[in-house]
Amino acid sequence: MAGTWGRFNMVSLVLGFAFLYLPIVLLVIFSFNESRLVTVWAGFSTRWYVAMLSNQGLMEAAWVTARVALISATVATVLGTLAAVVLTRYTRFRGRLLFSGMVYAPIVMPEVITGLSLLLLFVAVDFERGFATITIAHITFSMCFVAVVVQSRLLSFDRSLEEAALDLGATPVKAFFQVTLPVILPAVIAGWMLAFTLSLDDLVIASFTSGPGATTLPMKIYSSVRLGVTPEINAVCTVLIGMVTVGVIVASLVNKRRMRIAAGR
Amino acid sequence: MRKSRQPKGSWGRRFLIAVPYLWLFVFFLVPFFIVFRISLSQPAIAMPPYTPIFELDAGLSSFVQALKELSLDNYLFLLDDPLYVNAYLSSLLIAAVSTVFTLLVGYPVAYGMARAPTAIRPVLLMMVILPFWTSFLIRVYAWIGILKPEGLLNQFLLFLGVIDQPLVILNTTAAIIIGIVYSYLPFMVLPLYATLEKMDYALVEAAEDLGCTPLAAFWKITLPLSMPGVIAGSMLVFIPAVGEFVIPDLLGGSRTLMIGKTLWNEFFSNRDWPVSSAVAIVLLVVLVVPIAYFQRAQARARERGL
Amino acid sequence: MASLGSTRRSFAPWTDPNAKAYIRFDNVTKRFGDSVVVDNLSLTIYEREFFALLGASGCGKTTLLRMLGGFETPTSGRILLDGQDLAGVPPYRRPVNMMFQSYALFPHMTVEKNIAFGLKQEGMPKAEIAERVRQMLKLVKLEAYADRKPHQLSGGQRQRVALARSLAKRPKVLLLDEPLGALDKKLREETQFELMDLQQDLGLTFIVVTHDQEEAMTMADRIAIMDQGRVMQVATPAEIYEAPVSRFVADFVGSINLLEGTLLEAGRSGARIRDVSGAEFGVTDAGEGQVGQTVWLAVRPEKVRVTRQRPADVRNALEGEVWDIAYLGDMTVYNVKLDDGRLIKASSINSVRAVEDALTWHDRAWVSFAEDAGVVLVR
Repeated sequence: MAGTWGRFNMVSLVLGFAFLYLPIVLLVIFSFNESRLVTVWAGFSTRWYVAMLSNQGLMEAAWVTARVALISATVATVLGTLAAVVLTRYTRFRGRLLFSGMVYAPIVMPEVITGLSLLLLFVAVDFERGFATITIAHITFSMCFVAVVVQSRLLSFDRSLEEAALDLGATPVKAFFQVTLPVILPAVIAGWMLAFTLSLDDLVIASFTSGPGATTLPMKIYSSVRLGVTPEINAVCTVLIGMVTVGVIVASLVNKRRMRIAAGR
Repeated sequence: MRKSRQPKGSWGRRFLIAVPYLWLFVFFLVPFFIVFRISLSQPAIAMPPYTPIFELDAGLSSFVQALKELSLDNYLFLLDDPLYVNAYLSSLLIAAVSTVFTLLVGYPVAYGMARAPTAIRPVLLMMVILPFWTSFLIRVYAWIGILKPEGLLNQFLLFLGVIDQPLVILNTTAAIIIGIVYSYLPFMVLPLYATLEKMDYALVEAAEDLGCTPLAAFWKITLPLSMPGVIAGSMLVFIPAVGEFVIPDLLGGSRTLMIGKTLWNEFFSNRDWPVSSAVAIVLLVVLVVPIAYFQRAQARARERGL
Repeated sequence: MASLGSTRRSFAPWTDPNAKAYIRFDNVTKRFGDSVVVDNLSLTIYEREFFALLGASGCGKTTLLRMLGGFETPTSGRILLDGQDLAGVPPYRRPVNMMFQSYALFPHMTVEKNIAFGLKQEGMPKAEIAERVRQMLKLVKLEAYADRKPHQLSGGQRQRVALARSLAKRPKVLLLDEPLGALDKKLREETQFELMDLQQDLGLTFIVVTHDQEEAMTMADRIAIMDQGRVMQVATPAEIYEAPVSRFVADFVGSINLLEGTLLEAGRSGARIRDVSGAEFGVTDAGEGQVGQTVWLAVRPEKVRVTRQRPADVRNALEGEVWDIAYLGDMTVYNVKLDDGRLIKASSINSVRAVEDALTWHDRAWVSFAEDAGVVLVR
């Protein structure tokens, strides 16, 4: 019986991961396709990568996207960590229910709703739309994801470490920065990476809240897809995937070591 | 878990709470009120394309006048036109069906991961998360290439001889469902995996020792115990899927109807901001119950230390 | 007057009427929601005492310790340290340090940094910190491990780092929360004596929380037995063992035989008790008992003799049947079932290797004890 289960598990894992990775693999393969078609292989070529690099609009959009992602991820990580600390440490304060509602709701909220509402806010206060508004929008929903990730870690954090720090003379603020933060750092970093990805990836909210001169890469990709596909898009995507993959692997290797230390093994 | 005394001084504590609180209040909560207000107003040719919210310097009488001009016209319009009602209903249906399929695909994967040897579990976890780290848009776009009539799926099936005419999958509801299942799979697998991994496998072994077949043990022990993960995953898929835009737009074509696309079109194509706002408010109302359910399930799970 | 047991050293400030209380709990109560965890507790601890809080889990001993450390605030009552009221003083400003049950070593810091942590918070100059850390490492014999991280140490080594870290600031009072719980038996015994020596050499006040009687009895000058948030008795180990004030305390430490009876007469030269079986016992001291009151005579198993015949020289004797025998090598424990159904425990050291006519199961036997062997308890 154990044998059948084992084989079933293996098969479902293999199939599941194949399902997950197949489209990505195909995308990468066809970025090297000689012909324009995304379905017929005509030979190996890097022409689309060359074309991509000389596509001014595409490169500018990539630059905007990168900057928005970096800034929003960092601010979101700070705010999200704060929110997580508040949620785990302070069990009673006025409006706590509302606060936790505001932290969890954006995670499941359909993007069209958040996008529309933020845009209307900016219009109502006559705030010029552009780089700043996209960044603010991204910070708002990213911080909630960061909060959930960090909160998860804080819940399993050994409080006696903090108490030991207090006992030895550290004020609560010092205890947080010298003891708590270093130990939960892997989770905070994971939160940052999550916020970065969400920002990098976002189409709907960016479309609502951007303005002239602030086109993001997803917006560019989306309009290209609507107009008609060139494998330049595949090339851009492959580059993105490559960068992200390398980044994730490096980060997780670094994190693994940190996590082992934090867990005391 | 011990309760220790609040470590921070009163002012420091208030500041700490205030920063994220204020941010979310201003940028998440307040906008909803604005959306609601605009859903009650009329479209205008001017920029912004709706009648102004309040003329702050025009005195009390014009404030009263402005209040009088608020109307539920937009909401009545929504109820009147079957397009919208159908869009809401079909969105709910498609999201529900997609959630079920995501569960059916995601559960075995999560289970396989939880039962895998401890050493390779982090690797599997990373492999599930990795596609999520790459662009959502890109991955949906990749499915176009697979699902279209000249696409790879049809080529593969024709090659195998399973069919002799290409299947029309792209631009149908089926494509949307495939797209949702594909994109939201990590959201289902991760909470499920977290719950299944924490489950003590000795419980299943005890059940089998007492006479259950593996299947019965799964049904009676594993499945009920994994319910928190099932609920979390389902909510994480269902709620955003109802308002999903990208997938129905790229994979669904013009014949399929989903409320996210309707809202987008209403806003960007028709430039009718008040109606879009009304659509958003109604969608919010529709989703309030599942969202509240999700919040409570999360809070309960946190209490139990999951 | 004969003294009970043997005391560890001639240190007994609690007997000195002029001695000043060093730590005082004044009517301290702690409530968590509806449950009262510490119930109107008053306690005095003297300087340089090795004091133990002993009790089962849930008795409130850890909460009491944490209130002294500053991690919980009393719902009512005061805690005074050297005359100073500790109300409102946060843990990082108390001259008290704690050694946590889980050690709570900072996983991202080396042993050296862990020990130096408290000194850094004080703003001590670097050179002094290094010197003090060196001293601490020498004290706990871990000089070679300064650069290791906690996850690279064994359980016993981690415990010593925790100890060094908590002593580094030279606190007036050291609180220890179940310090030996995670160690194996052999290490526990060694560490017990190490802790006692350390405390005496450094001249500090130690307060230990434990559920392990042996630990408390071995290490402490005085023990406070706690139950449900209240102190049942505060006394030296010998007094607790040989002169318990209640059945709870008598039963808590070691084993005890409780013989219920009525106090017939009490006077200077002794007292008489009529046991529930009808037999009469003589005791040297009736304690708090009033004539006519129901009392319990508490006799330790090792003070009870088991013989085949009724002994001629002792008045206090009861007859029964050998119900159970546990041979432990160094001693044998007999459970004798009396004719009235009660079970009496008697233990005897096996001081000779071969015994003639040894008792065995179902033999008829007599249990007997001297007139000063037991304590009369009224509650």
